[in-house]
Parts: sequence; structure tokens; C-alpha cells
Amino acid sequence: MTDYDLIVLGAGPAGVNAALAASAAGLRVALFDENRAAGGQVYRAPAFAGTTDDSAERQAGDALREALAKSRVSAFLGHQVWAVTADFQVDAVGPQGSLSCTSRALVVASGTTERVVPFEGWTTPGVIGLAAATILLKSQKVLPGKTTLVAGCGPLLAAVAAGTLKAGGELRGIVDVAGFGDWLRALPAMLARPDILRQGLAWAWAIRRSRTPLYARHTLVRVIPEGERLRAELAPCDRAGRALPGERKQVLVDCVAVGHGLTPATEITRLLHARHRYSRKAGGWVAITDDCGRTSRERLYVVGDAAGIAGAAAAAEHGTLAGLACARELGAAAGSLDPALGQAQRRHARAARFGHAMARLMALREGHVQGIAADTIICRCEDVTRGEIDAACDAGARDVNQLKAWTRCGMGPCQGRTCGDVAAELLATRLDVPREAVGIFSARTPLRPMTVGALTGAFVYADIPIPKAAPL
Amino acid sequence: MQDANRGVVVDFHFEGRRYSARAGQSVAAALFAEGVRGLRESPREQQPRGMFCLMGSCQECLVMVDGRRVLACQTEVSEGLSVSRVAEVGLHD
Repeated sequence: MTDYDLIVLGAGPAGVNAALAASAAGLRVALFDENRAAGGQVYRAPAFAGTTDDSAERQAGDALREALAKSRVSAFLGHQVWAVTADFQVDAVGPQGSLSCTSRALVVASGTTERVVPFEGWTTPGVIGLAAATILLKSQKVLPGKTTLVAGCGPLLAAVAAGTLKAGGELRGIVDVAGFGDWLRALPAMLARPDILRQGLAWAWAIRRSRTPLYARHTLVRVIPEGERLRAELAPCDRAGRALPGERKQVLVDCVAVGHGLTPATEITRLLHARHRYSRKAGGWVAITDDCGRTSRERLYVVGDAAGIAGAAAAAEHGTLAGLACARELGAAAGSLDPALGQAQRRHARAARFGHAMARLMALREGHVQGIAADTIICRCEDVTRGEIDAACDAGARDVNQLKAWTRCGMGPCQGRTCGDVAAELLATRLDVPREAVGIFSARTPLRPMTVGALTGAFVYADIPIPKAAPL
Repeated sequence: MQDANRGVVVDFHFEGRRYSARAGQSVAAALFAEGVRGLRESPREQQPRGMFCLMGSCQECLVMVDGRRVLACQTEVSEGLSVSRVAEVGLHD
């Protein structure tokens, strides 16, 4: 088992920059990511070469991957981390089989999970997340459909819409829970990063020029398969995203891409029992940290969107901050890190101002879940409906883990990543208590479903050493 | 997979039918592009399900490759790859 000074989990902008900063300060660093190339979701590498892409995101991603390749960081890409222990032993499975290593400090840079507030028919094949649509466009060079409808809220709406148009797709509408006023209110904070704002305005311009119908303060109420296509029904909605009475519009498309914001991926910090708090603005439950990402657990850091939604630009600076702070904590190049730390702090504050404004647009709206119909599935893995969750609540369930035990909601292979936020919101809303009161699903290993075969690798029974029988 | 082979047009199979894709694409994205949307059925209600998150989180795109259960979104297409549906039974019946 190899021993490192620092292990970083997640090779997005936060994780890579944490690893680079710590490595440059003299630490021995290992970096793990399930994807075969670094970049995370925003700076995701193309699946195959020969694709030209002059976007700022692609350039930033290529720069990140190049810096990593030139560094002394041991990068374990294409490795699925399935367990992390309290003494920082990390177990992973990669192309060469299973692997374990230990470290003196741990940086969690696990990013986010997309939140989709359920509606009738959201489990229909062809309905995908907005984040999934960005991967199709950016990395896989696949159009979500010949015709696409994008729905939900936040900057991903504009990113997917503009990306679809650029790739030659036909956009049949943009359905935004937010109104124009919500976007306007975000504008002052967006001025903190004019470069990113410019990209946003370019998207807005491309969308306007395409004459795509824009349904502001509208929400998807149902999607019904119709032959090979999907019939989506939209309704005007209130601030929370609850459908209002009024005219329903019908749109027939090949693909519906929908997302209602991002929730920080906290499995690992929960598993290691760091202290957490609930913050609607930050995307949900987040580990309590100082501004360098230090959690309540000694030498455990969390950075980037996993520590609260603030976007990729802020994540990169946050990673550098944590990498430097970690190097200092472990006694590498102590005093000389101060100027770099100060600079990263200032840059992070600026980028986070922009990111927090975007996060507010994507935050789960108070009352949004109230409009979900009783027979709509909440937990996709176990087909648990809202009605079943409400019934469990009325029968006395007071905590999400109790709800899980009673209904199997969150007990399936996704381990509650997809439904956890909405299930907890439903329970808290029905009980009329704050989210803190209903808690969060307990994190368990394996962090992802794992076959025993993947852990053991190929073997023949004859090779298994069998000890001699004990003498009688 | 060798980087030089990525992007080459290859054939692969899903449920015995032939489809083409670019080597290095994920099985999920390649099938989606070919119009194959439903990949499995949910175990409790036997409802059709397909690729949803595309990043290894939601577990909806579980398929069989070489007798192993894998996520279609985390598995790369290569020449001749044989993909099939998982044989899920009603687990709660």
C-alpha cells in the first residue's frame, strides 16, 4: 500500500488545483477520478480526439490537463473510489484492478449531483438531466435530439440551449422557472467576473437570434411518450415553480433536458462524520468549513462545489487555497506560502461572488416540491411515489433515514443521490419543520455499486493459498 | 484504448442488433444517438428506463457487457463490443 502526504478525490478544477498547489509546495500527492481524463464536468475532456472546440471551457480544461501532466502528482484517472476510512485509507478500482493507499491529509473535491424536481413522466427514456445534455454536447459530440426542449432553472439552461444550437440542433423551447427579474437581480454580482458574464451574454445572444420560444416563469408539468417522441406539457408557474391554472402548452420533441440546480456531493464528508449544515443557497447540505476548506475533522478538506455551489471558476481558486493550506498544515515550505495564499483568497472571493449569484438562481425554491402529484415517482431506483412518502410521514416518519427504512426511498443503487434532496424537502414541508430536523441519508460504502468480481479481479481457484489443516 | 483509435467509426451490438459509433464514445451516448432510449426496466414497477445523468451517479443505464453489469455511461464503445439488457426480475414480488 502506497503512502502519500495528500490524497485528492476528484479531478475537476478544484481537485486538480489543490493537487498542483500541494505538489508544488513539496507534498507527495495522489489524485483520483473516475473519468479517464481530468477536467470534471465543466472542463470535461472530449471522448475522442480530432474534435475542434474553441470554447473558453475547452481551453481551460486543456490547460488544466496539461498542468497536471507536467506536475509530479500521481494521477489515478479512470479509478472509482469506493471506500474512504477515518484514517484516510482510500480504496479504488481501476483498469488494472483494485488499489489502496493511505495519506496524512485528504481533500474532497467530489463536485455535485444535479437536482431534478420530479414531474409526471420524468422517468421516461429520452428525458435527461441538463448536465447529461452538456456531456452529450461537449464530450460525446452527440445532439440530445433532432429537436430538444430544455427546462428547469439556472445557467445550465442557457449553456445547454446555446450548445444545442451551436451543434446544429433544433431547439423547440426554453422553459425557465425563473423570471427575467430573477436574472436581472443576479447581474450586479455577475459583474465580478466580466469574462464569464461575456460568455453568458454570447449564449443569450445566440438564443435570441435563433428565435427559440422562451417560456419564462413556466414549468414542465408532464412528459408523455408519443411514438418515438415525447410530448411535453408546460404551464405558467409561481416563483416556487408550482404550476398555476392557465393555458397548457404542448411541445413535441425528441429529447427533454431538465434540471433544477445542483446539490453538493457530500457522501465522503458525511461518511467521515465531518460536521455539516443545511444551506439552501449553497445547494443543500454542506460540510462546515473555514475559507480554505478545512472541515471539523482534522486534516480533512472539502473544496469546490462539493463545499457549496460556487461554480468552476471559484472551484479552481478554492482548490489552490486548500492545497496551500494543506501544505502548510503538513509543514511544507511554511512562510513562503503566504503571498500565494493571499492571492488565491482574493481571486476566490471575486469568482465566488459570481458563482453564488448563479447558485441562488439554482437553489431549491421554497414550495417547489408541493406541486408534485401523489402518483409521481420520487425515488427512481425503487419506484417510490410522493404518495408513499406522504403516507410514511403521516404514519410517523420524522427523519429521512426512517423514511428510507419504511419505504425504500433512497435505498436503491444510486444510494439516494438522485432523490435525497427532494425526499427530505417533501418530508420537512409536510411536517412543517426546517430541513435540519429531517436530516440527510446516511452515507455508506461502497460509495458506488461495485461487483465482487471487480474487487477480486480474475483468479483461478488453484491459485488461492489454502493453509494446512490444523493437527487434530 | 489507444488514443490513436479514438474517434474511429466502429460497430457494436446491443441486444444482437448492430449499431455504429465513434470509438471512445460511451455506450449510453452512442445508443442514445442511434435512437435507442430504453435500456432496462425498473425492478419494482417494470417501467422503461434509460440514460439520465450520464455521469455514473443515477445508475439508470445499467447494462450487461461480457457477462458483467456495467453502467453504459461509464463504458466506452469499442469494435465488436456486445451489450445486452440486464435480466432484472421483479425484486419485490
